Amino acid sequence: MIEALRARAGRLAVIGLPYLWLAIFFLLPFAIVLKISMSDPATAQPPYRPVLDIFGGVAHWRDFLLALDFENFETLWSDSLYVHAALSSLRIALVSTGLLLFVGYPIAYAMARAAPGLRPLFVAMVILPFWTSFLIRVYAWIGILKPEGLLNQLLLWLDIIAAPLAILNTPTAVYIGIVYAYLPFMILPLYASLERQDPTLIEAAQDLGAPAWKAFLTITVPLSMPGIVAGALLCFIPIVGEFVVPDLLGGSETLMIGRTLWSEFFSNRDWPLASAVAIVLLIIIVIPIVVYRELEAERWEAAR
Amino acid sequence: MNARVQPARPAIGAVRRAFAPWNDPQAKPLIRFENVTKRFGPTVAVDDLSLDIFEREFFCLLGPSGCGKSTLMRLLAGFEQPTAGRVILGGADLAGVPPYRRPVNMMFQSYALFPHMSVAKNVAYGLKQESLPRGEIERRVQEMLQLVQLEALANRRPDQLSGGQRQRVALARSLAKQPKVLLLDEPLAALDKKLREETQFELMDIQQRLGTTFLVVTHDQEEAMTMADRIAVMDRGRLAQVATPGDLYEQPQTRFVAEFVGDINLLEGRVAGGEGGFWQITSPLAPAPLTVHDPDEALETGQAVAVAVRPEKMTISRDKPAAGGNAIEGEVWDIGYLGDWTVYRVKLGDGAILRVSRANASRFVEQPIDWEERVHLGFAPDAAIILTR
Ligand SMILES: Nc1ncnc2c1ncn2[C@@H]1O[C@H](COP(=O)(O)OP(=O)(O)OP(=O)(O)O)[C@@H](O)[C@H]1O
Ligand SMILES: [Mg+2]
Repeated sequence: MIEALRARAGRLAVIGLPYLWLAIFFLLPFAIVLKISMSDPATAQPPYRPVLDIFGGVAHWRDFLLALDFENFETLWSDSLYVHAALSSLRIALVSTGLLLFVGYPIAYAMARAAPGLRPLFVAMVILPFWTSFLIRVYAWIGILKPEGLLNQLLLWLDIIAAPLAILNTPTAVYIGIVYAYLPFMILPLYASLERQDPTLIEAAQDLGAPAWKAFLTITVPLSMPGIVAGALLCFIPIVGEFVVPDLLGGSETLMIGRTLWSEFFSNRDWPLASAVAIVLLIIIVIPIVVYRELEAERWEAAR
Repeated sequence: MNARVQPARPAIGAVRRAFAPWNDPQAKPLIRFENVTKRFGPTVAVDDLSLDIFEREFFCLLGPSGCGKSTLMRLLAGFEQPTAGRVILGGADLAGVPPYRRPVNMMFQSYALFPHMSVAKNVAYGLKQESLPRGEIERRVQEMLQLVQLEALANRRPDQLSGGQRQRVALARSLAKQPKVLLLDEPLAALDKKLREETQFELMDIQQRLGTTFLVVTHDQEEAMTMADRIAVMDRGRLAQVATPGDLYEQPQTRFVAEFVGDINLLEGRVAGGEGGFWQITSPLAPAPLTVHDPDEALETGQAVAVAVRPEKMTISRDKPAAGGNAIEGEVWDIGYLGDWTVYRVKLGDGAILRVSRANASRFVEQPIDWEERVHLGFAPDAAIILTR
């Protein structure tokens, strides 16, 4: 009897541990942020009201819960700044992901078709930038893109332009920075799926009358779909919340929700509003994942 | 007319074929390899090879691993370009013609089915490239699936099929465009023995019905013998012999071919003399000179040759055979009972081992030959041939 109970407890512990982990490190912080987002700002420490005293008794709990509201979310919705920031973030993330795919696919394809002995070297080269700090690498782009920077000097020297281009502090600079920063996250999943492809499939397609470009479109691309989706999600999600690149390379007109969040937190010290922004950001990011999961499940369903 | 009267010679092998365009000097080959060489860096995969293959022929390429069979096929499909020489199809040089414009289709060793397409879509792929009308494509796909008996599985994906079914899809896909030549690279290698035998006959049947020229790579010699009109045995990028299965088995021209196709005993020796096609060969393995009837050879006395005898053309007995035949004495070293055959391995005085096989025509054997018994091996002068190379 006790043996059986102990076995069950052991099993529960094994199954329960990951959930416990999830609860402590994901759900609990989320609940705290959600709670703060429903509070009111205050000049105090911490800078919001009400503050929960877990052992404050039933009356305290009731007062606490009644004090919570969705005011901050209403503010977000009614203030066009936030809506704009969210939409602009989505747009930038979408365009960047498209650019990343456009730039990353040929690179991943070339890597996958390289001699097998060279492939690990290429993979190492793609990962290499991670060995220096992200911040420093983005700062380096300032040195490249500023009016008297390397890029302008080169173009002037080549007589391609007559006067320095203003790239820094424009959306162009943001796109350049984002594409640079996220390229490995696009290349690696693409490479993984392309490298696994059997090259005789392309030969078979050509043998059946398809020229190389058609074989690429009808065989290579569809078979690399899992890599495309993984790379796109891996880039799209963090780009929506990206803060460093627009802050350092983008001008004041580049509106992104991650930057808005930062200024609410640290400049305005409006923690509740900032938390509301964080929650909205989370929702924006979760939707594509859910959609993807749905599509994936459907695909599996169709395959059986 | 001064045609010499030749004594009627019996046919070689068990099958006589009416279809033999390779014997007709007027016949134009469909495929011609003309002094083709293919190098990969230092490796010579195909070495100055010339070969004619005729329309409607079922042609097998046979040879050990790495001898260049796949390379020869890929030269024809257009995936490789010859380093030297020409590949000609229907009279036209194929140099510079890309794979997708050649009227040749290939069935890959790995089948290379498109994993993201259904069976029907796989079969339709080649037809779609010709931009045929949709109804026509559907009709042809149906026809092909019917041919390989897969109509019921048209909507499955390749990973939901068994090995044999995949192989049929690959066959249907490569036949759908009605190519002039179908190339099959070890088409049956992935199948088990039973299914392989069934499929061999199916392939022959399909080839007969469609009249397509088949070029099949295999390293299973039984498979080649079963299916082919002619077989080319390849050795290190060259052709060792091109012949019908019967000729290949009964009249191999070199030691390599003799040993590669079927089992054979080689008795090395020297020519002692001969007349009228009957040759006397002295061999250290035999007490008396061996007599071999091989009228096609022109030999010189003292020349080093090998007497080649197939195991089933030898007799084994406890008693010395009657005079007139060739006889060798030895000791039974090993007996393999295979059901239909029993194979005896007999050790001669100097340690050489000969193989003799006997058909188990009866269920009962009185006093069967046992391990370590002393036995006499015999063979008739007509049972052996002489190999000089
Ligand atoms: N792409 C290539 N690069 C370098 N060497 C090659 C290439 N393709 C084939 N070879 C070499 O050419 C020779 C012939 O190869 P091939 O594939 O034609 O042999 P095969 O007769 O088909 O052998 P198997 O029965 O094992 O399939 C081999 O030595 C092989 O290593
Ligand atoms: Mg091969």
